[in-house]
Amino acid sequence: MNRVAVTGVGLLCSLGQSVSEAWPRIAAGECGIRPLSDPGTPPYKFQAGAQVQNFDPLRHFTEKDLIVLERFAQFAAVAAREAVAQSGLAGSSILAEETAIITGTSVGGQFTEEEGYLRLYRENNPRVSPLTIPRTMSNAGASRISSEFGIRGPVYTVSTACSSSNHAVGQAFHMVRSGQVMAAIAGGSEAVFSEGLLRAWEAMRVVSPDTCRPFSAGRRGLSLGEGAGMLVLENWDHATERGADRLAEVIGFGMSSDAHHITQPSVEGPKRAMKWALRDAGIQPNRVDYINAHGTGTLANDSMEAEAIWSVWQQDSARLLVSSTKSMHGHTLGAAGAVEAVITVMALRHGIAPPTAGFLAKDPACDLNVVPNHPVFAPLRVALSNTFAFGGLNATVAFQRCPSAE
Amino acid sequence: MDALAAKVMAVIAKTQRIPPETLSIDSSFEELKIDSLDGINIIFAVENEFSVNIPDEGVQNLKTVRQVVDGVHSLLLQKAELLQKTEPPAPGAA
Repeated sequence: MNRVAVTGVGLLCSLGQSVSEAWPRIAAGECGIRPLSDPGTPPYKFQAGAQVQNFDPLRHFTEKDLIVLERFAQFAAVAAREAVAQSGLAGSSILAEETAIITGTSVGGQFTEEEGYLRLYRENNPRVSPLTIPRTMSNAGASRISSEFGIRGPVYTVSTACSSSNHAVGQAFHMVRSGQVMAAIAGGSEAVFSEGLLRAWEAMRVVSPDTCRPFSAGRRGLSLGEGAGMLVLENWDHATERGADRLAEVIGFGMSSDAHHITQPSVEGPKRAMKWALRDAGIQPNRVDYINAHGTGTLANDSMEAEAIWSVWQQDSARLLVSSTKSMHGHTLGAAGAVEAVITVMALRHGIAPPTAGFLAKDPACDLNVVPNHPVFAPLRVALSNTFAFGGLNATVAFQRCPSAE
Repeated sequence: MDALAAKVMAVIAKTQRIPPETLSIDSSFEELKIDSLDGINIIFAVENEFSVNIPDEGVQNLKTVRQVVDGVHSLLLQKAELLQKTEPPAPGAA
């Protein structure tokens, strides 16, 4: 079994188009949930979202590239470039021959799919673009990263709704740990602000009309977000030998299924995912100092998650720092695990537990220290990042500060 | 025919995001770095522009700008003949 280092991170979200731009804002508790650029006709029941601001594809890609690259795939590639650049692996034979790429996305290229449906069903035009398939396919981001960097190892995409990219990061971790590959680019991306998808979320009645206040009294639901997160995971010894900066260590991964209900959360499933991650890491719960919670801001999720955390940490829950950064970058769905994994790595590296923004008052059903509105500065040892998806699919990744505290 | 060629070349340039002056009637797809996926995207745009249907088996053989122009030309002629023979207009002509 090999140890696994994080040697690069990339981030794109409503608070910035790089880690260096977004992390300071997230650490400070700045909210990136803003009025929607298009309020909808008729107006959506919710009028706010965490959209990536002023993203100019031509800054990153040629016009020719963009013929086949949907917004979610563009996000994936941009975040991967940042992560790979930081890792220093670009151009190496390790990257070309012994690196995996695993990405997560919930819906893939939704805009192109909807354009096709417009032609078919509104315009009664049976001729849809021949690029519909390559633009919408969920692996478009992974394949772009592979082509761009000449990576010829295992490349694939996972789709498990809001757990997609935690499953991607976790599987990549296991592949590097087992020695199957020396490195992996893992993460995910999502671009959710298409009309069809917004109407579908509206119909579920889980989106907050204003903003997202996870774990808070008065919370009214989630806020949708878009973006991407990417991490370069690398064999620890390889990273050490080449003198790479190890940003954090990945130490455990747990997954579980509720086997319960398609949308209602359960306590047992998330509890088992967290316990599984701790067991996989070979650590006791008391080693954990911070949890980047799934914390969607819905009534059901947050009280369930609080109970699940309580059931594992019990009285020690009072010490544990728990925050939901979705209060700032929104719920990025299939990208959530990756966006929050990058934030968790930065939290460990800088010893800052980012806050839960928009917090109003304690909800007795969420009896946790949720780092309300202002960050907590503390030498965090181990941190977990949770994702719990519709369909009852849960995934938790455990990270440790570098250099390790032992 | 020259006007038709100019129109076809404009469609190809636009679809490929390349300057129109980079292609001529004698350019090959290979020279223009048009691969098979680009090819079907160009055919799609040409079909839309001229309201014609290029048969699948014909698409495989299109390797030059001239072949596309000739193909569209003959399809337009066929369409005109069909229109003369049948009243009202044939399905798909709209």
